[in-house]
Amino acid sequence: MRNSSGTTDARLWMLPDGVEEWLPDMAWALEELRVRLLQCYRRRGFALVIPPPIEHLEALLTGAGGELEAQTFKCTDPVSGRLLGLRADMTPQAARIAARHFRDLAVVRLCYLGSVLRARADAPGGPRAPMQVGCEIFGDTRLDADLEVLELMLATLELAELHDIHVGLGHAAIYHALLESTALNATAQVELFGILQRKSVPDFAAFCAEQALEPQLRSQLAALLQLHGDVTVLAEARQRLSGISPAVDAALGDLEQVVAVLAKQAPGVCLHVDLAELRGYGYHTGIVFSAFASGHGSELARGGRYDGAGREFGLARPATGFSADINELLRLGHGAAA
Amino acid sequence: MTTLTLALSKGRILDDSLPLLTAAGIAPTGDAERLLRLPSQNPDVSLLIIRATDVPTYVAYGAADLGIVGKDVLLEHGGDDFYEPLDLGIARCHLSVATRKDSPLVHGERPFKRRLRVATKYPNLARRHYAERGEQVEIIKLYGSMELAPLVGLADVIVDLVATGNTLRANGLVEVEKICDISSRLVLNKAATKLKHDALHGLVDRLRAAVETRRG
Repeated sequence: MRNSSGTTDARLWMLPDGVEEWLPDMAWALEELRVRLLQCYRRRGFALVIPPPIEHLEALLTGAGGELEAQTFKCTDPVSGRLLGLRADMTPQAARIAARHFRDLAVVRLCYLGSVLRARADAPGGPRAPMQVGCEIFGDTRLDADLEVLELMLATLELAELHDIHVGLGHAAIYHALLESTALNATAQVELFGILQRKSVPDFAAFCAEQALEPQLRSQLAALLQLHGDVTVLAEARQRLSGISPAVDAALGDLEQVVAVLAKQAPGVCLHVDLAELRGYGYHTGIVFSAFASGHGSELARGGRYDGAGREFGLARPATGFSADINELLRLGHGAAA
Repeated sequence: MTTLTLALSKGRILDDSLPLLTAAGIAPTGDAERLLRLPSQNPDVSLLIIRATDVPTYVAYGAADLGIVGKDVLLEHGGDDFYEPLDLGIARCHLSVATRKDSPLVHGERPFKRRLRVATKYPNLARRHYAERGEQVEIIKLYGSMELAPLVGLADVIVDLVATGNTLRANGLVEVEKICDISSRLVLNKAATKLKHDALHGLVDRLRAAVETRRG
């Protein structure tokens, strides 16, 4: 279509911000990667599900914090008059399917792959239409399940021909246990969470003074702020955070075990422990992890434990899983080589 | 050896940063007046000289591993895109509300029956400040010479940085409210703290030591 000046109308051909498409070379590479990944998950006993791109909004937001709501595109269903959402994350969909269709199975392993939409990108300049791929295990409380998805995340990166991987490890229960021992109101909790996510030492000092936090709690929260780095951080955490609550001790034990297993099974992976990093882990309750590659400034994959999944659908179960944007994996790994 | 890129805010913040950079062994070794990217005394650290408001963007995208920027810019940028481990204590000033010295607002009176008009280069920050006290205001975004806005009737008040107050006084304005203290902060790219942890935190420690020595 042409306008009066004879040039193509940019409003027609330009894609919205953060939305991309693949042309043949990359599209074929994506298709090959898709098949390789799904076959790998299938061999390991994960069943594929294909949830719909659009659902009732409440169902898409189950278990999640406000973060996901702000990210979800919404519209009204002209048929029912109800509010619909275009999924921004497939994890709640997998949780719904596990709770509704696999009630009788003690442990359910699901994998999925599909487009999701984000009203706002996760990171500056990030995609708004990622192609999400992921695996979830429902019904298994054991740390082995967390290790299984973590290893599957690493296998995913390897199949995408990504090397020089750094894994960030954390644990949502530590922050929540410390928060429970405070008498902070909701507004102050939000403020403290923001300070921890920014690791802002000066803002933390001002916050402690303002809230008149007692010295012991103050030094424990300060530990969260400072405890990040290589795996030696865990030994220091044992000294500074032991005995606060059984939940904290158990969490540190989990992290130590994960570190020991990864050191043996994935010696090439560089580990980074961070006890305060919880941004984007709105529904997580246990171990959380993320993957980075050298030379690339944003996260490639993330995951962790989110016990209680499916509660809203009548069956709360322990759950753990990971997801990644296959477009990003392709761009940095296999596709970059091709 | 891991190389690091530090983004510096042009102008007063850069001038005030130099003693700290020297103490941390990363003083610029090129022509900081003209070059946009220059080496430092430490071959593993290079420096970028950019506009203050661009520092969050460079650091958030990872084009710089760390940056030095005013808290005003960070508050306006909002969110938790990066870590801010250190208050450098330089380029101190405060963020204030100011108005004409003959305005009824000086005495806390509000004679006009419309929303308060606020001229500022910090629209998010100003909106948040008034929202916290339950007031909706009309924000007028300007890029400079704030002091003019109340004088010509464009705005009732301005929200701006005040260092000495000389510019306000010279233009017949007075400060009616202090919003918060401002100084320069060190910000770190989140991925870099994982991928270049040792090098980055070594530099943060050296800068922290320089800040503490300076405080005495």
